[in-house]
Amino acid sequence: MIELSHVSKRYPGGPGDYTALRDVSFRVDNGEMIFITGHSGAGKSTLLRLLTLIERPTRGQIVVNRKNLERLPNRRIPHYRRELGVIFQDNKLLFDRTVYDNVALPLVVAGASHREIPRRVRAALDLVGLLGKEKLTPIVLSGGEQQRVGIARAVVHRPTLLLADEPTGNLDMQLSDAIFDLFQDLNNHGVTVAIATHDLRQIQRLRKRALTLQAGELVRDTGAQ
Amino acid sequence: MSNYLLRHLQTLLASAGQMARAPVATLLTLVVIGITLALPAGLYVALTNMERVSAGWDRGAQISLFLKRDTSDAAALRLASQIRSMHSVTSVDYISREAALDEFRRLSGFGPALNALGSNPLPAVLVVRPGSDLSPTAVEVLRTDLAQLPGVDLAELDVAWLKRLAAILSLAERAVWILAVLLAAAVLLIIGNTIRLAILSRVTEIEIIQLVGGTPAFVRRPFLYYGLFHGLAGGIFAWLLVEGALLLLSGPARELAGLYGSSFALNGLGVVSSLLLTAGGGLLGWLGSRMAVDWQLRRLGSRQP
Repeated sequence: MIELSHVSKRYPGGPGDYTALRDVSFRVDNGEMIFITGHSGAGKSTLLRLLTLIERPTRGQIVVNRKNLERLPNRRIPHYRRELGVIFQDNKLLFDRTVYDNVALPLVVAGASHREIPRRVRAALDLVGLLGKEKLTPIVLSGGEQQRVGIARAVVHRPTLLLADEPTGNLDMQLSDAIFDLFQDLNNHGVTVAIATHDLRQIQRLRKRALTLQAGELVRDTGAQ
Repeated sequence: MSNYLLRHLQTLLASAGQMARAPVATLLTLVVIGITLALPAGLYVALTNMERVSAGWDRGAQISLFLKRDTSDAAALRLASQIRSMHSVTSVDYISREAALDEFRRLSGFGPALNALGSNPLPAVLVVRPGSDLSPTAVEVLRTDLAQLPGVDLAELDVAWLKRLAAILSLAERAVWILAVLLAAAVLLIIGNTIRLAILSRVTEIEIIQLVGGTPAFVRRPFLYYGLFHGLAGGIFAWLLVEGALLLLSGPARELAGLYGSSFALNGLGVVSSLLLTAGGGLLGWLGSRMAVDWQLRRLGSRQP
């Protein structure tokens, strides 16, 4: 469950502060799948940065899985992040490591057993259609395959909440459909999914709840209608 | 084996592998650390050897008892016998006035001038060697006692220069410690800078590890091993430098000692000091990397406790 109450994020500095989010409030229930949409600079990525605790809000309260993020001490942040699966726009892969090492990373940092890691990594790679490419480095993979490595890494530890920031930004239509179908499949298995995207075609195709941000304000919530 | 130990082993091997993948940079760093550690270690070895030499000289101290001019040979020999019976005395040699004059004439080169003198100006002397187990203070007490004996005009113990040497050695020892502290700080900075560069080359990796839930300890671990290895290897290199230098100097030192009739030989670091040097290097490496990692992670905006 995600619950934002009157959340604002302001970046100080320069002639006048820049406000990325203004008084945003919404609630996402467990097992729900939502889209966060809006033009570039609308505040989509900022919202995901707040949910992953890369940054903290200037005002307001965020509760994720019954944890009040405002009160979460810094030493608990790594443990909180292990409950999340995050897919980044730029994939954030380690290009000097193999596909296997990249996907295994969340399990390694969480201290999973060395017997469990190979089994889970293979299952995650199978899910994204990359089984057999474990020993390759991401540099030799296509953009779509790299994105799928990022997805495999995000789901390998079976997170309860999956956050994706423009996951198909540079992919063709067919590959975008496949990846969004994968998100829907994960959602069907009980994972709460929040995807920041400006791909209106996918929003219309999957018919899920969409929150629209504009200049940092939540201007539309299809789930609230 | 538990997962925790296995992770440590993997990190340890990865850190060693990282060093091996950059052999030139690693070697240069190790040479700098090695020389930095070898300097105080070498000075320490030099000092301990100097102390051994001066301890031998201390044991060779002797007291010269200059007898009154009117003391007869028979009285002098009785006095010598009396002193010889003391527990704190090893030996007593009697040098008569005539023998003293002969020796002075032979060694000084003033023979013709001495011949011109009407009488022998030199007193008879008893050369007393104190027991080798006596402390410098006890030797001084013995000198005072001997000076009180009848027939003794003057008792001299020429240890002032030995005291000066001891003071110089004490000063040098203090200087070595100060140098050791300063150079230890230098090792911290060298390793800290090496780790800083290693962190900067892995900023993306650190960021990703943190985003998937890596704790600060997990992020720090490979860098701590990296620093520890550098310190340990630097310590071993320093040991090689010191022992190598001793190997080169031992021959000439033995030859020099032989010229003075001594069997003195240079001592090396020994097992305990060698282990301390290596372990000290490792500790400095670990400490330097810990400080650098914490500082760099704070700079990178890491959310640490």
